[in-house]
Amino acid sequence: MVFIAGDSKLKNQQRIGYLFISPWILGMLLFTIYPTVFSLYISFTEWPILIEPKFIFFKNYLEIFQDEFFFNSLWVTTKFAIYTTFPTLMISLFIAILLNTKIQFRGVLRTIYYLPAVLPTIAVALVWAFIFNKDYGLINGFLRTFGITGPGWLADPKVALLSISIMSIWTLCSTNIILYLAGLQGVPKVYYEVSTLDGANVVQQFFSITIPLISPIIFYTLVMSLITTFQVFTSAMMLTHGGPIDSTRFYVLYLYDTAFSYYKMGYASALAWILFIIILTLNYTIFKTSKIWVFYEGDA
Amino acid sequence: MIFVSAKIKHRLSYLLIYILLLAGTILIILPLLWQVTISLKSSNTIFELQPSFIPKEFKISNYSEAFKGMQFLRFFKNTVYISILTLIGTLFSCSLVAFGFSRTKFKGQNFLFFILLSTLMLPSQVTLIPMYITYAKLGLINSYFPLIAPHFFGDAFYIFMLKQFFSSIPKELDESATIDGCNTFRIYWNIILPLSVPALLTVILFKFNWVWNDFVNPLIYVNDQNKYTLSLGLYIFKASEKFGPKWNYLMAAATIMMIPVFTLYAIFQKRFIEGIATTGLKG
Repeated sequence: MVFIAGDSKLKNQQRIGYLFISPWILGMLLFTIYPTVFSLYISFTEWPILIEPKFIFFKNYLEIFQDEFFFNSLWVTTKFAIYTTFPTLMISLFIAILLNTKIQFRGVLRTIYYLPAVLPTIAVALVWAFIFNKDYGLINGFLRTFGITGPGWLADPKVALLSISIMSIWTLCSTNIILYLAGLQGVPKVYYEVSTLDGANVVQQFFSITIPLISPIIFYTLVMSLITTFQVFTSAMMLTHGGPIDSTRFYVLYLYDTAFSYYKMGYASALAWILFIIILTLNYTIFKTSKIWVFYEGDA
Repeated sequence: MIFVSAKIKHRLSYLLIYILLLAGTILIILPLLWQVTISLKSSNTIFELQPSFIPKEFKISNYSEAFKGMQFLRFFKNTVYISILTLIGTLFSCSLVAFGFSRTKFKGQNFLFFILLSTLMLPSQVTLIPMYITYAKLGLINSYFPLIAPHFFGDAFYIFMLKQFFSSIPKELDESATIDGCNTFRIYWNIILPLSVPALLTVILFKFNWVWNDFVNPLIYVNDQNKYTLSLGLYIFKASEKFGPKWNYLMAAATIMMIPVFTLYAIFQKRFIEGIATTGLKG
């Protein structure tokens, strides 16, 4: 059917379209654009919330780059991101490969492996807080049966960061296993069959078939995990609240304390903008390399 | 060299796979099992040097203590209230906007959709402080307004997800409905929404999970103990107890908090897992 719409009809159509998306337009203006612009302004002020803001240009930013707590939090967060992300990657890839074999109960196993991701972080962190307890915790109790005296997992500044990593690996693996499993299921079985005929062993197959074909997903999950771990907050609040001796004072924890314990709104906003830039850079790397992994996806 | 037949080798490798996977599931279940165990122990048997998984007596009363004494029943109701309003807001706004982007035509559509996707990159910490200051000026701190209102204005991620789904519904349906005299809103309400129940269910599951587990927003906006959510209650009771946390009551409270999420997961696990696999979304 050939249909030529009148000018007014088209305009009316447009109006309906805008009407449908209007909630989002309004929401974007109120809850994204306005606070983002406002946040940038606040970051150029000194604002102890109760009195009026004072415009101080770049002073907050200059101060931040001389602030040892800032560098400490950045360092602690980076260490945490690395300690958490890479073991998560390796463990979940390993489990996904095992789950992708012709085993029975695959559905049940997959259900169990995914469980930690749906549970509330705050409740999970509470449980782990007691698991890590020096005297009555599950881990040290277990070690005691072998005559080993475990450390104060959350009380020792040398171990606390690692403990939060352990808990985070426990939760983060779930999502990654599901993603890797989905990726592995997309690899054509023929590739393995042919290479077996050619005499390739399992290890060779892993490095020359599996890894190249799911590398887009590996890269994607890696960057997403880095972004998630860089914003760690809830579990750290529950487990250590930044201590002992600032060994787990993560970036967002420092930002939160600056804003809501010391009410330095300007300084905290400047911290938020630096975080924004870091995350944008990480996002940019996904975007930049997406061509590579989209190509792979189409190829497989 | 000892000759091992291919069949035995094959069987052994599968045995190894089962053992490794079983070890993994034990590592996942053990903390949760221990949580339930502690939640059933009496206060003087929690602190033992040799952790045991079977309590000597099952103190169900810990749960009523958490519910009533520590007011977790109230926190539970508060969280349910916030979750329901959040879900209503999300479903309405996201489906309307997604419909607008997939089923109607207007100027600047692609550009606006690009803006929508780019807002996903903005970390929540950037808008947190200005919104806090704004709500403080409006006298809305210590109310649920800051927790609920934003959800009535669409959420970029779910709009994107629903748009993808709506686009897979054949356009011919709209055309024939128009010929039958349906206006655009009726197409949305009577045709697209009923056909999108699976996608809407996915939105409900993930959004519910998010709001139920949300900790940062209640922490910042809610001070009054009567208004605590479950997450805030758990945090405050763990942090502020004078003589150390009452672990058995807290574990009972944590279990209570996990039950709704756990139940939904048990019923809709397939949808959860598919949602993750197709979108890369975090639970």
